[in-house]
Amino acid sequence: MLTYTIRRLVLSVPTLLFISLSIFLLLELAPGDPMAQVPLTIPPEVKEKMREALGLGEPIPVRYYKWLVQFFWVEPQVLIDHMFDTRLAWHYEAVPADMSAALLNTLTEEGSIRETSAGLEMLVKDQRVLSWQTRSPVMDIVVQRIPQTIWVVGTAYIVGILIALPIGIYSAYRQYSIFDQSGTFITMIGFSVPPFFTGPLLIVIFAVHLGWLPSVYDTIHVVTDWESFKFQFRQMILPVMVLALQTTAQISRYMRASMLDNLNQDYVRTARAKGLSEAVVVMVHVLRNSMIPVVTVIALGMPAIFGGAIITEVIFKVNGIGQLLITALFANDLPMVLTLTFIFAIMIVLFNLIADVLYGVLDPRIRYD
Amino acid sequence: MTELSNPVPQGKSTSQMQDVWGQFRKHKGAMLGGGFLAFITLAVLFGPYIWTLDPQKIDYRARDLRPIYMAIFDSDVKVAWAHPFGTDQLGRDGISNMLAGGRASMAVGWAAMLLTMLIGTSIGVIAGFFKRLDGPLMRLTDLFLSLPILPLLLVAVTLFRQPLSSNFGPEGGMFILIVGIIGITSWMPTARIVRGDVLALKEREFVLAARSIGTKNRNLITRHILPNVLSPIMVSATLGLATAIITESALSFLGVGFPSDFPTWGKMLADAVDRMENFPERVIMPGLAISLTVLAVNYMGDGLRDALDPRIRGR
Repeated sequence: MLTYTIRRLVLSVPTLLFISLSIFLLLELAPGDPMAQVPLTIPPEVKEKMREALGLGEPIPVRYYKWLVQFFWVEPQVLIDHMFDTRLAWHYEAVPADMSAALLNTLTEEGSIRETSAGLEMLVKDQRVLSWQTRSPVMDIVVQRIPQTIWVVGTAYIVGILIALPIGIYSAYRQYSIFDQSGTFITMIGFSVPPFFTGPLLIVIFAVHLGWLPSVYDTIHVVTDWESFKFQFRQMILPVMVLALQTTAQISRYMRASMLDNLNQDYVRTARAKGLSEAVVVMVHVLRNSMIPVVTVIALGMPAIFGGAIITEVIFKVNGIGQLLITALFANDLPMVLTLTFIFAIMIVLFNLIADVLYGVLDPRIRYD
Repeated sequence: MTELSNPVPQGKSTSQMQDVWGQFRKHKGAMLGGGFLAFITLAVLFGPYIWTLDPQKIDYRARDLRPIYMAIFDSDVKVAWAHPFGTDQLGRDGISNMLAGGRASMAVGWAAMLLTMLIGTSIGVIAGFFKRLDGPLMRLTDLFLSLPILPLLLVAVTLFRQPLSSNFGPEGGMFILIVGIIGITSWMPTARIVRGDVLALKEREFVLAARSIGTKNRNLITRHILPNVLSPIMVSATLGLATAIITESALSFLGVGFPSDFPTWGKMLADAVDRMENFPERVIMPGLAISLTVLAVNYMGDGLRDALDPRIRGR
């Protein structure tokens, strides 16, 4: 199992490299010009300077390599620095000649300037992936935005699973009953109604007509006491409902099918024959075996729901990473788009791996070696 | 010596397609879904010839009309029999917009589905049939499966919109772009299913027989393999149609779809969201149209899967 996991991890490196290259080339070959928005009065030589400042002057392979280094080498170091208060992402460079004496003094007192045989050297931070919109590091913005997405999407996923599993189990146990029929119908609806319809519909019903819930997600809200928790809870209901409907529909279908496969097996008859109670037969014997494929489906669904959350984030104005991607796209902020899309790709590859490994761990019949 | 009974079955013999149709008819949801899909398709195809109001015609005097049924609840509401579905803020007619929007959505859905099936089937058949190409093509499929589809769709549509619309016109360019991109990013499940089936079929006796009389590969595929993988292709085609309609609407909703004066259901929904407190029907009508169409297609897919599965058929 361990060797399989390691092999898969190693194999995922070329996959990710290929994906990053294809996203990079897609952005590169696209005809959009980041300088298209600047006023026409700016002379061409200034425009050329601006392009160079954005890092557009170099040939494509060099820029791809630089992005790779920044993403895979500098950014993790920055993260480690941030967590353990180290200075991995820093290096020494010669002090610029035009630096003022006052600044030089303060920097020397801080200890960020050292003397070498060649002269004075200053501690400089490595170049990170910079957003063209804000000129600040992309990963900082992403780190700010991710908690919003994880809060909303993660809660929705858990709620969806918690609703889906009992529905799936009971529908399978009472196959063709009224509960099963209506459950199947409702999951079919959840399957077919897109989030950009359920979202506005729920807003119209619950926020506009009934006035029970807020329609806009307030992301700067901080939970401090019971009142603010209640507010947070209420503003999360609508987006979570929209996302959970989709999750519920998918997972309860899988759960039902998997339970049905197992309920007719011989071991179930054996369990009943030796006098086990119905609850033990269904909830222990059948459920444990039926959960194997469902767990992998749950793992596989994680990245998809992050991608699908883009629409929900736009509807409820949650400023998570999906909304960040949309705004970056419209602003032609290519480094941001590249990094975000690549983060989505990493999640897909990672959760695919997790799903496969889980399958092997849970099901003793599966042997990868 | 007793006479042997005649082994020839007495009942009316039925072809495979008749069996499939018989099973399909038993699935109520599938029949309803198929009927609704046929209705919607016919309505968007021929509706504009019956309801001849121009969807683009701006009539300020008749703007913001409510649908006719609103008059039942509230007699003060602004309604007009000339516009039974109401009008939008520019006075464009609701019915003709729904029909025109449906035309665009269905056209994108069908075209993208056909393209998806074409790519998926050819890659699946080639990978299953030619052993040497199997490895590389399946690695390619895996790679595509790990691409983040919706973000990539958004990126591609935003970035390539300009040149395509300058070459093929704003609507034509967008149509080609959306159909092409949906096709390129959603063929993988079909390819996998088809490959699996082809791998199994390839070892069957009838393929060996066909090969032994000197059938060329091309004929072998078109005459013997393809007809036998038709059923999984049809099932994934229904799924593909549903996904394509939803994807197009999602793109339009996010504002990267067709140009503003070209209605599609997703676009109408997105435009109406801003004023949905006052005019909820403008969100509900296109939303309901998308949802019902997709629901119908999904139910049809369910029924088709049951009907084409010989283990379930005849039970």
